[in-house]
Amino acid sequence: MADSLLKQAAPEKLTPKDFKSDQEVRWCPGCGDHGVLNSVQKAMALMGKPKEDFAVISGIGCSSRFPYYMDTYGFHSIHGRAAAIASGAKSANPDLEILQVSGDGDALAIGGNHFIHAVRRNIDMTILLFNNEIYGLTKGQYSPTSKHGMVTKTSPFGTIEQPFHPAELALGAQSKFYARSIDTNIKLTSEILLDATKHRGTSIVEVLQNCVIYNDGAHSLITDKNTKEEYQLVLRHGERMIFGKEKNKGLVMGGNGKLVVVTIGEHGITEQDILIHDAHTPDPHMHWLLSNMTAPEYPVALGVIRDVAALSYEEKMVQQIKDVQAQSSIKCMDDLLNSGDTWEVE
Amino acid sequence: MSQKTKVIEKEEVVIRFSGDSGDGMQLTGTQFSDTSALFGNDVATFPDYPAEIRAPQGTVGGVSGFQLHFGHTEVNTPGDYADVLVAMNPAALKANLKWVKASGTIIVNEDSFTDRNLEKAGYDSDPLQDDKLADYNLIKARVTSLTKECLKDSGLDQKSILRSKNMFALGMVYWMFDRPLEHTEEFIESKFKKHPLVVDGNKKVLRAGYNFAKTIEALAYNYSVAPAKIKKGTYRNITGNKATAWGLIAAAEKAGLPLFCGSYPITPATEILQELAARKDLGVKTFQAEDEIAGICTAIGASFAGNFAVTTTSGPGLALKTEAAGLAVMTELPLVIVNVQRGGPSTGLPTKTEQSDLMQAIHGRSGECPMPVIAASTPSNCFEYAYRASKIALEHMTPVILLTDGFLANGAEPWRIPKMADLSPITVPLAKEGDDYMPYARDEEKLARKWAVPGTKGLEHRIGGLEKMDVTGTVSYVPENHQVMTDIRSERVRKVANFIPDLPVKGEENADVLVVGWGGTYGHLTTAVRELQKEDKSIALAHFNYILPLPKNTEEVLKRYKKVIVCELNDGQFAEYLRSNFQDIKFEQYNKLQGLPFTVKELKETFNQLLEEK
Ligand code: SF4
Repeated sequence: MADSLLKQAAPEKLTPKDFKSDQEVRWCPGCGDHGVLNSVQKAMALMGKPKEDFAVISGIGCSSRFPYYMDTYGFHSIHGRAAAIASGAKSANPDLEILQVSGDGDALAIGGNHFIHAVRRNIDMTILLFNNEIYGLTKGQYSPTSKHGMVTKTSPFGTIEQPFHPAELALGAQSKFYARSIDTNIKLTSEILLDATKHRGTSIVEVLQNCVIYNDGAHSLITDKNTKEEYQLVLRHGERMIFGKEKNKGLVMGGNGKLVVVTIGEHGITEQDILIHDAHTPDPHMHWLLSNMTAPEYPVALGVIRDVAALSYEEKMVQQIKDVQAQSSIKCMDDLLNSGDTWEVE
Repeated sequence: MSQKTKVIEKEEVVIRFSGDSGDGMQLTGTQFSDTSALFGNDVATFPDYPAEIRAPQGTVGGVSGFQLHFGHTEVNTPGDYADVLVAMNPAALKANLKWVKASGTIIVNEDSFTDRNLEKAGYDSDPLQDDKLADYNLIKARVTSLTKECLKDSGLDQKSILRSKNMFALGMVYWMFDRPLEHTEEFIESKFKKHPLVVDGNKKVLRAGYNFAKTIEALAYNYSVAPAKIKKGTYRNITGNKATAWGLIAAAEKAGLPLFCGSYPITPATEILQELAARKDLGVKTFQAEDEIAGICTAIGASFAGNFAVTTTSGPGLALKTEAAGLAVMTELPLVIVNVQRGGPSTGLPTKTEQSDLMQAIHGRSGECPMPVIAASTPSNCFEYAYRASKIALEHMTPVILLTDGFLANGAEPWRIPKMADLSPITVPLAKEGDDYMPYARDEEKLARKWAVPGTKGLEHRIGGLEKMDVTGTVSYVPENHQVMTDIRSERVRKVANFIPDLPVKGEENADVLVVGWGGTYGHLTTAVRELQKEDKSIALAHFNYILPLPKNTEEVLKRYKKVIVCELNDGQFAEYLRSNFQDIKFEQYNKLQGLPFTVKELKETFNQLLEEK
């Protein structure tokens, strides 16, 4: 008791370095994963929690190597199953701060079922979804997020499959928190991660990540120095949806229920006309429109797109157990063994 | 009761209640068995559900049965053949006649033998009218009309009246076996306490059936089965699935850990998940996962996070859990995987029993991936073996497979209630704050690593499915290390043999024939062998609960006998396993794959034949 009070009163000041393990980082030089690792370590140091309360749980894929590089509790599991393993860990031990790391193949192909059900249940954890639109670890096959027509080793004539938009899938599973960032933007990623951890329930953080080896430049329009400001819209709750090099572009609602990009100062548009972002509204309609914007027609939405309060799965689980325990006359196994119809043999 | 003309003392009796799935036969059977158990008989029961929940009414496919065996002596099986068959309609008679003893009693609901029902059951002519049943003691009772007559002024609607006709049949059988009605009357009062009319109606019909049997001349005698000589103690009835669930909860309590069950519903294992879900009062956490894989994966996650984790399934589900089971072996986390076996392959016979997942349990994973395999052998000892499987999992830091089967799962018997204080302690190798922790450092006795639960300060570490370096637990591709770790994984399982009891033998050391069985066939094998021993036949039984590793005295036992016959409800999987372990012992086999348990009769015939062969 005294120990835990102490822990709350004066948490050790941790630095990103405290979260670095002694393992050599083995991602390709220039891989977007390096930036995300830095963002995570930076964010965790700011969370004010002791190291032992973190568990990083991953599946299989390049990004799923993540736990080995973190000096926290970690579990590098099997392909696709990280969301299920993390769900069990959090239900078993609700005090843990769980970061579940997956790539687009791990979370949305082989693990698609676990992904949507974790989101539906609203288990309190952060799912860090590395979206590089390719299978990297197996050396370059198309993934469920690869763009239609993309030529890869298993689609030498171009894919004939429609890609998933992860946000659409998540909203369909009734996601309460959805955010998006870019691997190179460490500041934004760690800022989002702090929000994601504060959110009670499943928080999905999609990171647009560049695989320099097998799908270089997949997100170039929004990451390229010359174009990025035109194609990035960083959303902040309560702020207007303004973007562009000159900060003169914005979104308004068109008459047909579609978002329209406008320029402030043209056609009588003023700043007051630009939409204000409401991340907290339970109605997912606007969040769906925002998260589905693609370049070059639209800017790509980054930041916290949706952040709606709700009770988490394990909060309800713990509460239900408490409620039943308060009512039941069975307090231990001996009570249960002797409950109901029993009889004595002399 | 003084009016009874003749009372026949019987050692044991088998009754089979059968009717349409809506006729309430499970309830009727359960009531009779509870009453008999309270009376002091030893009892074993087995329900026989139709495979389809809504098979067409009145057809053979829709017949639901409940068989019970009660006796003055030890009862180990629900019985091969029935002394009394209650058939509520022609389909029930058709489906069950072959299970009635020659000259047994058949009670039929005469009202249901209409042309239409006969046709639905597939009868060309009315068996009550021709002489097909001449060899039986046939009792025709107009159950439907007598029930209607009895309740015509009850104020109940027609549907409720018809529903209570099972009580009429139960009343009749209660009279035949001289059973008191009180237990069932109390049951009716509590079950329908919100509907006083239904309570009165059911009690009235129960008594009407009892009085009817007393009055009619067809039942000029009744039977009496004296209480059995049973060990002193407090008893209750329990099914295999409930006993399994309770064994797991007991182990968690003993180990001082919360119980977590990640599972997906599957016949015939679902009741374990249901029973655990109902036990929130004991802090049990159940997670109904999106699929079988998530069932085991949530359990592995829970185990990583410091709960005692289990997953429950049946054969096809175990196949889906295979890869994750390998992860549990690699990460050396405690986990109990319960497989309630059913007829396979594929969807197979979901509601029927079989023992054909043995090889899957022993070998069915990628890589060299051993884990202990344990089998329960009676409905009530599912508690004991679930507890033992849990103890091994937790103390040895390993996944364990517990095999039961559909026969054990749904079967029920009286069970002497244990006291928690009498169960052996479970000591969990938890790492503590301040320990100099190495994830894959081990103790000598068990080669178990320590369990460092997330949240413990200073013990942060990483585990996973990649091969790990001995002691340090970092990822390792070193060839020699893989050899070392493979050897350790198999040695860990072998070492479990030092912590399990010797294989017991029932019978003489130098008998001519040794019968070998494992798991759910215990009741039938033990009855067959006991009966032959009473006839002075030179036969003994060795029944296995510990499959992997085998008890240490296994070879010594098997070698003592000239003839060894391995009996199992599969095509010879345990026999093959024993052959691969003991190459110079000759194993005969007796196998059956009909979705049904053995009958004592067929076993005795087989053993007699073997005894006669020189
Ligand atoms: S293959 Fe691609 S995703 Fe994988 S580490 Fe290399 S750059 Fe990163």
